[in-house]
Amino acid sequence: MIPSSVFAAVHVVPDPPLDWWPFIISTVIKMIVVFTVYMVGVAMLTLAERKISAWIQGRLGPNRVGGKLGLLQPAADGVKNIMKEETLPGHVNKPIFTLAPMLAFIPALMAAAVIPFGATWDSRWGRIPMVIADLPVGFLFILAITSLGVYGIVLAGWSSNNKYALLGGLRSSAQMISYEVAMGMSLIPVLLLAGNVTLNEIVDQQANMYTWNVLTLTISFFIFMVAAFAETNRLPFDLPEAESELIAGYHTEYSAMKFSMFPISEYANMATSSALMATLFFGGWNIPFMTRDNSGGVGLLLVLLSIAIFAVKTGFFLFVFIWIRWTLPRFRYDQLMSLGWKTMLPLALAYIVIIAATILALDYFGSTQPWLQRSSAWYGVVMLGVNIVLAFIVFFILDRGRIISPAYGRATPQQIARLRAVTAARSHLSPQSGD
Amino acid sequence: MAINVKVLARPVEEVSYVRATIKGMARTLSHLFKEKVTTQYPEQKEEISRRWRGTHRMLTTETGKAKCVACGLCPTVCPSNCIKLVPGEDEQGNRYPLVFEIDEFRCIFCGYCQEVCPEEAIHVGRHYENSEYSREGFVYDLERLTAQTHPVSEMWDPADPKGE
Repeated sequence: MIPSSVFAAVHVVPDPPLDWWPFIISTVIKMIVVFTVYMVGVAMLTLAERKISAWIQGRLGPNRVGGKLGLLQPAADGVKNIMKEETLPGHVNKPIFTLAPMLAFIPALMAAAVIPFGATWDSRWGRIPMVIADLPVGFLFILAITSLGVYGIVLAGWSSNNKYALLGGLRSSAQMISYEVAMGMSLIPVLLLAGNVTLNEIVDQQANMYTWNVLTLTISFFIFMVAAFAETNRLPFDLPEAESELIAGYHTEYSAMKFSMFPISEYANMATSSALMATLFFGGWNIPFMTRDNSGGVGLLLVLLSIAIFAVKTGFFLFVFIWIRWTLPRFRYDQLMSLGWKTMLPLALAYIVIIAATILALDYFGSTQPWLQRSSAWYGVVMLGVNIVLAFIVFFILDRGRIISPAYGRATPQQIARLRAVTAARSHLSPQSGD
Repeated sequence: MAINVKVLARPVEEVSYVRATIKGMARTLSHLFKEKVTTQYPEQKEEISRRWRGTHRMLTTETGKAKCVACGLCPTVCPSNCIKLVPGEDEQGNRYPLVFEIDEFRCIFCGYCQEVCPEEAIHVGRHYENSEYSREGFVYDLERLTAQTHPVSEMWDPADPKGE
């Protein structure tokens, strides 16, 4: 009765294992490459953000530095931020004020260490996995580390000793903690389906079923994406730095490079979330319709192809992040909270129950019917069918006519009558027209 | 007057978050590929109207002297009091301006000075790029006003109200 994949949770050491010196050299090279790609990518994201926002608004965007596309604009911005005078306001708590940008920045980078970005390379020195740290608990590590990012923001807001900054920090802590719950819950169906918390195993599972998890677990993906926007403090959930209310929120008092650490960590978080979405829901680095690359090491060419595929998927989600930002207006704070607690969380919990029941039923039949075994194409087809029904219910029935904020709700005739009675009873108090 | 809360009963099929979001995203995506409207300012400039009222210009006679006869009409009509005029008189009894200064900072570019001038001497011009390092730099004296070369503004013609 117990599916074999449960035992696969114990991570299998790649065979043949690497010698110690190729391991160290390859790890150092991977670290340097990933760090460089991350930092350059983040710099380029600031440019992409400005370019895409400009194009959406019918403008040209930065085009004065580095050709028509303004490719050197990030470099110019970086030089400007480093050369700028750094002001340290007298009223701040200096140690924490200095520590906060680092605390925001480090978790954003650390999460990138466990995300697999390519197929395992069968090199002449042994099998080299294309992930910096091939953690068996990579998925849990990411959930743990990304939630640390809130400390940087809260401490920045608190140590600034400024009303706006404090409000921004408080908002961000409430928001991130609320959406963390929905985010974690939305990922449980993915884990149930893969029977594993290793990110590479989740990629393998999607390849073996010939479907991406977004097709079998659409609602999970939807909740995860909304929660990822809230976690990264991106519009429409950028309440921690709502300019119109809080000046700049938690980084009001920051200047120069300390300030730019916050945008950098925001973009790094975006990149991590995008990579995670690509891995968990869009097949990760797997070359579509090909399972050979999952069965072990492959040649260098296929490794590079798989890395390119992963980069394209991640890039697409980064574009979606920017695209959404320039489409949707900001939520009101009570709407944000009621969306998180009253919509996303119950939806995720109900979804877990349904998916768990489906998987249990499928495993039961799979134990007698070999064609319906775990990690087979037919298994994916059945999940897909269940998912189409559920997605239809959520997006066409539940989504219709239900409003997340009480202030907007469709009032019943009784409620309208009550409101009218209240105003009528008060009418003698209010000034008459013509006053 | 008591305030009544007006609650609009919106049709159920119009109240959808996901579809409204997708609709908005389709709209922004279509704008991504539309023609851009930016004018790259220092290199490209927008065409300005023939009736544009900008930097002043004093026209001169063939001999190079300012046409101004210091009649005093323009400082009188000026609503922002930005024209300073000290009249003088030569041996033949011709009046001419000893001092003629326009403070381009005070000026509201209404064009009354051009309209009122009997000699068609002072004009507002089709020119707008003025920048100086000090406020004093914006006080244009007679020499500077006659040295301007930009085209002058055309007056409004009632027979051709749109200036076509």
